[in-house]
Amino acid sequence: MTVFQKTLTCGAVASALAIYTAGAALAFTACQVTDTGGIDDNSFNQTAWKGVEDAKAELGIEARFLESQAETDYEANINSLLGGQCDVIVTVGFLLGDATKAAAESNPEQKFSIVDYAYDPVVPNILGQVYATDEAAFLAGYLAAGMTKSGTLGTFGGINIPPVTIFMDGFVAGANYYNAQKGTSVTVLGWNPETREGLFTNNFESLDDGRAYAQNLYDEGADIVLPVAGPVGLGSAALADELGVDRLKIIGVDADLYLTDPDKKHVYLTSVTKRMDQTVYQVIQQAMDGTFAGGVIVGTLASGGVDLAPLHDFEDAVPAELKAELAAVRAGIIDGSIKVSGQ
Amino acid sequence: MTTQGTLDAASRALLKRAAPGRAAFEDLVVVPVFAVIVALVLGALTMLATDVDLPTIGRSYVALLVGAVGSLNAISETLTAAIPLVLAGLGLALGFRAGLFNIGAEGQLLMGGIAAVIVGFSLPGLPFALLMPLCLLAGALVGALYASIAGWLRAATGAHEVISTIMLNLISYRLLDYILRLPTVQLSGRADPISKPVPLNAALPRLLDWIDPNLRLHAGVFLMLAAVAVVYWLLFRTKLGFEFRASGENPDAARYAGIRAGWVIVLAMAIAGALAGLAGASQVLGVLGRATPGFSAGIGFDAIAVALLGRSHPVGVLLAGLLFGALEAGGRQMQVDAGVSIDLIGIIQALIIVFIAAPLLVRAIFPWGFRRHGSEENRP
Repeated sequence: MTVFQKTLTCGAVASALAIYTAGAALAFTACQVTDTGGIDDNSFNQTAWKGVEDAKAELGIEARFLESQAETDYEANINSLLGGQCDVIVTVGFLLGDATKAAAESNPEQKFSIVDYAYDPVVPNILGQVYATDEAAFLAGYLAAGMTKSGTLGTFGGINIPPVTIFMDGFVAGANYYNAQKGTSVTVLGWNPETREGLFTNNFESLDDGRAYAQNLYDEGADIVLPVAGPVGLGSAALADELGVDRLKIIGVDADLYLTDPDKKHVYLTSVTKRMDQTVYQVIQQAMDGTFAGGVIVGTLASGGVDLAPLHDFEDAVPAELKAELAAVRAGIIDGSIKVSGQ
Repeated sequence: MTTQGTLDAASRALLKRAAPGRAAFEDLVVVPVFAVIVALVLGALTMLATDVDLPTIGRSYVALLVGAVGSLNAISETLTAAIPLVLAGLGLALGFRAGLFNIGAEGQLLMGGIAAVIVGFSLPGLPFALLMPLCLLAGALVGALYASIAGWLRAATGAHEVISTIMLNLISYRLLDYILRLPTVQLSGRADPISKPVPLNAALPRLLDWIDPNLRLHAGVFLMLAAVAVVYWLLFRTKLGFEFRASGENPDAARYAGIRAGWVIVLAMAIAGALAGLAGASQVLGVLGRATPGFSAGIGFDAIAVALLGRSHPVGVLLAGLLFGALEAGGRQMQVDAGVSIDLIGIIQALIIVFIAAPLLVRAIFPWGFRRHGSEENRP
């Protein structure tokens, strides 16, 4: 390896490289690889990146990121962060699971962490970050069922993978719980928890798809839609903006979209937040103080890892009675008296 | 006096015959080189306009170079990225030579790739020496068949290949989604569209993993070089290649000369499709190890740019593919070291294409880089 490198990296190039590696070695460096949604997707990747930024501000670390433009970039992007320049590499998304595992196994000294993936058996140098998102989505389903005028809710996902469908599971379960409590018959279009089939855009990029899928759900009578597809949901928000929030409301995912998408903030009834920023920050802290170990961090409603965002503009529109019920359901989920999953 | 006059005339005639060579050289080499330079300068201006300071711009271009050729890993990444671009680009270049503007490499690549994967995991018992070539063959064959649809439509009905290949691309996306969800293809235990993995004895072996397991360069690089040689031979040393080029230069004249236009169209499309299919197969067999909906990653479209930049010449396509591979590998490093958005690489690529497509503009910007044809020819 060194012989090859010596012959190939000569002159200015080699000295430039030396400056880089020297510069990189100064501070603790956290590196992040995004999925195809991009670092500024207002939801998924951006929330995870916020954890790195927070650590940068509070712990004084260096931070770098690499955006994946296509699925083919995952392995290459992880590879280009290897070589000792990153103290911990955070990969964001279930779809990077295989690439992260492969890189971790051939580089056992490198610390990795991945959002939305837990390895079984545990890989000693990967710390997974997973979330009981169905707990928060259950609350969103209950709220939406209480707020719908048409009696129909809608949801669609990016790709049919567990970290996406767990939102949809919770949403449907929450609406069903509302029906059971109130004797109503609110239906949810776009996801069938039994057959595991539903509406999926099969990507995490296309805002056009987000618009078209929300339009289809709206045409079928849905007046509140939960898009679980990162930036794709911004297209749905654009549709809701045009139709008017009386006819279509959107529930955001991952981040509080009211804050991250200020142009369209009025269309968001609420957001199902998945505090990847907290867990990423936690991972960085552990990597810094030497307590890092392979395994998994789970974000729950109880730990604050997942939650329902504030209602913001809808604070007055949501009846006080419904708010009180939501608080009770929330407490029930935390103390275990309400089961969010079907089992 | 008269002898002097005839000599002058003869030398002028000779010069005239030599002139196209010089012009072709300028077209093939000088214009692309200047186009790249202008694109890099405009890329720097774009960064300036988006509030990137000068040291960062300098650092990002150093990182671009380092990431492209500055280490063994960089060279490996550049070559790895270039392989499918060159393969698909060769097919497109061949089509351009035959007068066919094939936009369908993306779809042909997807179909070829998934065929290679299916053959790979369906026959895991076969030895490497048999299975790997079989997978490549399946990729080429299915790519060729898929492209032939557009060729046949053009030859039989006159349907323009630009339209039909674009439509076939769209069909291929949905077809791939469908195939990836077939129970026989889908990875068990997964609900999302993802294929079973390619077994090791079907994969294109990695060439440098004995140095460092992270080096991804695979045996597809030989496939790429062989394809350059074969396409060169086919285009310039065979009767079929002559027929392709004649049909591309002047279809009417070619037809009057007895060249069967329909046959040429279908065959040129099929060969282009075979090369695109090989590009897809080399991606799944050498890099990815399985098929997912996005495994083409837009390579089929980037290959159009590669073919144009390479002036539809096999060697030009090779160089253009290497440049695009270098931009991809270097762009990654640029993002890591300087924090500059990867989108900038897309801008630079697009600018290169704009300037390649407008050679007169490049000549106007760099008049000293070119021989002044006008004044020399008008010399008494």
